[in-house]
Order: sequence, then structure tokens, then C-alpha cells
Amino acid sequence: MKILVAVKRVVDFNVKVRVKTDGTGVETANVKFSMNPFDEIAVEEAVKLKEAGVAKEVVAVSIGPAKAEEVLRQAQAIGADRAILITTDEEIQPLGVAKLLKKIAEEEKPDLIILGKQAIDDDSNQTGQMLAAMLNWGQGTFAFKMKIEGGKAEVTREIDGGLSTVSLKLPAVVTCDLRLNQPRYATLPNIMKARSKPLAKKTLAELGVDTKPRLQIIKVTEPGKRKGGRKVADAAELVDKLKNEAKVL
Amino acid sequence: MTILIIAEHENNILKPATRSVVSAAKAIGGDVDILVAGENCGTVAEAAAKLEGVKKILSCDSPIYKNYLAENMAALVGSIAKNYSHILAPASTFGKDFMPRVAAMLDVAQVSDVISVVAPDTFVRPIYAGNAMATVKSADKIIVATIRPSSFAKCGEGGSAAIEKIPAAADSGLSTFVKKDETKSERPELTAARIVISGGRGLGSAENFKKLEKIADKLGAAIGASRAAVDAGYVPNDYQVGQTGKIVAPDLYIAIGISGAIQHLAGMKDSKVIVAINKDEAAPIFEIADYGLVGDLFTILPELEKALGI
Repeated sequence: MKILVAVKRVVDFNVKVRVKTDGTGVETANVKFSMNPFDEIAVEEAVKLKEAGVAKEVVAVSIGPAKAEEVLRQAQAIGADRAILITTDEEIQPLGVAKLLKKIAEEEKPDLIILGKQAIDDDSNQTGQMLAAMLNWGQGTFAFKMKIEGGKAEVTREIDGGLSTVSLKLPAVVTCDLRLNQPRYATLPNIMKARSKPLAKKTLAELGVDTKPRLQIIKVTEPGKRKGGRKVADAAELVDKLKNEAKVL
Repeated sequence: MTILIIAEHENNILKPATRSVVSAAKAIGGDVDILVAGENCGTVAEAAAKLEGVKKILSCDSPIYKNYLAENMAALVGSIAKNYSHILAPASTFGKDFMPRVAAMLDVAQVSDVISVVAPDTFVRPIYAGNAMATVKSADKIIVATIRPSSFAKCGEGGSAAIEKIPAAADSGLSTFVKKDETKSERPELTAARIVISGGRGLGSAENFKKLEKIADKLGAAIGASRAAVDAGYVPNDYQVGQTGKIVAPDLYIAIGISGAIQHLAGMKDSKVIVAINKDEAAPIFEIADYGLVGDLFTILPELEKALGI
């Protein structure tokens, strides 16, 4: 079977983002970018399925500026066979991303599409579910464990009350949660090898999909600051303050 | 303007998150209907009918909604969506699962994790793990949004909405439910508790994590955890508080042995009062804690028990 994995280039999770003074967004100049951590888990899972002999080919796809090639190369260093980059400098929101991925899915005809459950920049948690709806496929969101057997994907999902398991007809869409696997470090030889793996570039215009943003960002502001930092001497003082000052006990 | 809310419930109990969504709907303005889809969920429909300010309950009782499979939930919501200006659900794993599917079916965007309503088409939502707040305005005819329950008060009772039965949509056949492994606990639910006591990697083991239980029981608190503690296997995944876990905003949040990674702070920094106990004086958790106590938690915990009269 063939697996399609979607990866996004985002501000690295270790970067403490700063809101721009003009309130139009966050500062992205001179900031480290990486593959969205949840997407890394998606790539690892697809590659593991290939190594287990379940999948024959893993194709990674990304949408973004020319620099998004870096995250595709990283996916290829982990083990993706091919990559597709849809280049654009425009902001594409989850609905538009899902439409573009649908178009790629129609061309590639994968049996399974794996994505991260959310990107850590916009924290939307939408794309996988939207894509599944557009393709009229089943979905397994927030995957904690998955196995492919008899033309079906059994996905154990992280839900608020514990775990829930669903069985999906293939083709299907799976979105990854944190504990599905531990992505490997790409080794230097694999990073070198990845550079010569096939990477096709497409432009947004070529795909003819309406990706106009539906949500207009009016402003971006700093969150309210907490006034923390006060210390107490011991447990007795803490309980006293909680009872008599904060009045929460 | 009429708003449709999808009730989160467990076939016999209406979850409190639904009441927070009703408050968000009131902030938007207009009539409010609630859809209760499930199996043998009559008591939930009755409970929803009593919520303040709700006009109509749409009750869809069918085995295909018993486990809230996203494909079937979305098809049902999609079939009645045209009658509404807004479709809202809690931003819990329940709502996050099927709501984007509804949005895609209607070819509209979803506004995820709304924490404040500015205007009927304009909302505030956190981005970058809550390190920035985006005010977004929707250009869509039907607005699909998930509401962060901890950001809205729970609506009161005293309503008497009419209950209307609606037919089920066809079973999608795309997925089937296999099983649910629920964490059983006598303690309050993490997202609804007035007090939350959370442990981190500083506790060192699953055994030591149990040391929080006595204090939790004394305070009537829920127990949470940092990602590090969950990854280390001290507690199950559904204890996780943070950007990708649960978002909580209790009256009192006690962080024990938690350093305070950005991703954890994203899940708890709207708590009214924050207490941090950590041996590392430089831990970022202290920067947002109202009361910090520096020291070895294994010495402090027994002292804390004593001070609480345990």
C-alpha cells in the first residue's frame, strides 16, 4: 500500500514566540523553523509501516514557501521515498490545506494518509478531519496506537476520558498524537541520501484550488501577563496564604 | 440568528462543557438550539431542556450515535446545518473530532478553541500554545466553532425548552467502534474541578505520584500531570495538562515537581491561583505562580499534609 504524509514547516517548538509590535502576527524573522513535531510522528509511523512490509511507498507532501523543502528533505531522511512541495508564500488556512491535499490524494491515490493532529503554530487541529470529510473517508484522530490488518486500520485514540479504539475502512485518514511513537533522529548518511531522493514542485496556481483565507486575522496580541514570582517560606505559610489571602481553601 | 450547539454527553449524563458552550452562544446572541445525538439519551435531552435560555432540543436517538463516531456525527450535523447561523461544540476531544468534518462538508472554515466572543462573527483564540492571542473574523455564512469550556462560565438552569425528535442520518459505514478504555476515578473530572493538583517528572516514579492522592482527596481536587510525567509512564495519558492535553482553569492549581515548559503553561495559566512547589528556584513555573515554594517535594509533601490537617 501507499502512504501519503503531510508535513508543515513551523516555528520550532523551543522558540519563545514574540508578538509583533504592530499586532499583525508573531515575529518570524531570524527564528528557527522545524518540522511540526506531530508531523514528525506521522512520518515516523509511515516509515515504520514501510519497514514492517505493510507499506510499499511513503510520499511526503508540504505546502509553503520554498524553504519548506527542508522539512520534506527531513521526512526523506527519516525514510519517505518521494516528496511533493506545493510552493506558495500566501497564508493557507486548514480548509485550503485540506483542499490541496485532497487534490494530491486524487493524483497519488494513497491507501492511507497520516498527518499530525495539529500544527503548533496555529493550533487549529482541523486539517486531517477536513481532508477525511472531503474524500469521504473514515478518520482516526489523536492516534495513540495503530495497526493495519485485513484492509482496515485499527486506531486507538487519546480521548478526554482515556482511550477509544475505532476500526477504519481503508483508504482512511489518521492524525497522530504525541505518544504514537518516538521519531528517530535522521543519521548523517540518511540526510545525505535524502538530497538525491525525488522531490516534485508544484505551484499553487497549477492545482487550481480556491485557498482564499476565510478567517481574517484582525489582530494578534500578547496574552495577559500573570503577576507571579512570590515565594512562601514553608508549607504552613502556603496553606495559611491559600486560606486567608487567596481564600481558595 | 439561530445557534446550534452539539451537546457533549455520555448517553445518560450531560457533560458540564455543554453549559459553557451555551454561555458562549449567549455572548454571540440569538436563539439557541441543542442537538443531543446518542443512544438512549432521553435523560440528556431532558437535562439539556432545563438549561437557561435554550429554545429547542433536537433529540436524535439511534445506536449509530452511541459512540459518537465522527463520520456519523458530522453527517447528522451537516444535514441540519443549513437552518443555523452558528454551529458550536466544546473544544474537547469530542468536539475536535467531528467539528472540522462538519466545516469541510459545509465548505466553511472552523474557528478552533474560542476563548472570547468579540462580535457574532469575530472571536479571540489562542495560537502558539497560548503565547499569542489572535482575533479572527469569519467571512463564512455559517460559522463553525469549537469553544474552550474553561473560558466561559457554565450557564444556569431554569429553562424549559421543547424537545423535538429528529431522524438519524444514514450510517456512513466508514468506521466502526471497537472499544473504550476509560480511566476510572472517584475524583472530579480534570476540566471541571475547582482544585487541580498536578505532578511532574520531579515525582520520579508512578509510586511517588500516588503521594498526591491523599492531598487531592482532602481538597476534593482532580489530579493532573505534565507531559513528562505521562511520557515517563507515571500516569495515563488523559491526565496530561497542556497545549495538546487538557486545558484547565480551576480556582486553584497546584504544580508539584513541574518545571513549567511553555506547552504545560498553555494548559493551566488561566487558573485563578497557581501554586508551584519545585526544588529548582529558576524553574519557569515560578514566574507565573502566585505562591512558590522552593524545596524538595518529598520533604514538603508531608509538611503540606500536616498543614492541611491530614
